[in-house]
Amino acid sequence: MSALGLAVDPAALPAWAALAAALLLALGATIVLIGALGLLRLRTFYQRIHGPAIAVTLGAGSVLLASMVYFTASQSRPVVHELIIAAFLLATAPVVSMLVMRAAVYRDLRARKREAGATAGEVYTIPDEE
Amino acid sequence: MATLLELAIVYALVCVVAAMLLCTARLLIGPSAHDRVLALDTLWMCGMLLALVLGIRFGSQLYFEAAMLIALVGFVSTVAIAKFLMRGEVIE
Repeated sequence: MSALGLAVDPAALPAWAALAAALLLALGATIVLIGALGLLRLRTFYQRIHGPAIAVTLGAGSVLLASMVYFTASQSRPVVHELIIAAFLLATAPVVSMLVMRAAVYRDLRARKREAGATAGEVYTIPDEE
Repeated sequence: MATLLELAIVYALVCVVAAMLLCTARLLIGPSAHDRVLALDTLWMCGMLLALVLGIRFGSQLYFEAAMLIALVGFVSTVAIAKFLMRGEVIE
């Protein structure tokens, strides 16, 4: 038991595994924080939807990779079942953002919110004003 | 190196919890319904990452299963709410 209460004694880990896991954890956590900051600080919904995208891909990917490296090194056998979560996230993140984005465009057009940004690229128009 | 890993774990926990707080702020201030859905989806994801980091901290494989369940349930619920926002019904 170390001072932090780690169940696996980190002194028993190989140095390369501890270093790689630490760097990946720090990178992933920083990117998740930046994504959440973007979700809070950006101005319109169509800008805000970009925040979680980096958190899901690079942030969650780094943390999953760190978990794989840590358990592989601490148990001295390949532990790769985090790949299930990674594949699931990579498959579902585009579906989620596309559905939420389509719902937002649909609702903004129906509510005739000209200032919201749904009509910005002139792809969609507000129904009554054609 | 081992101390570096412990520091990184503490840093990751602080960052993920701060990210969850920022998502909660967006969930509360809205202003529209689809903003809240997006914030809730990010909150699910941060909760899953929190479970993974706690799994590394305690060296237990049980947290992996919790993270997988959170990812599955979060995806299904977000799709259901997005469908409801778009059409007013979940299953047409």
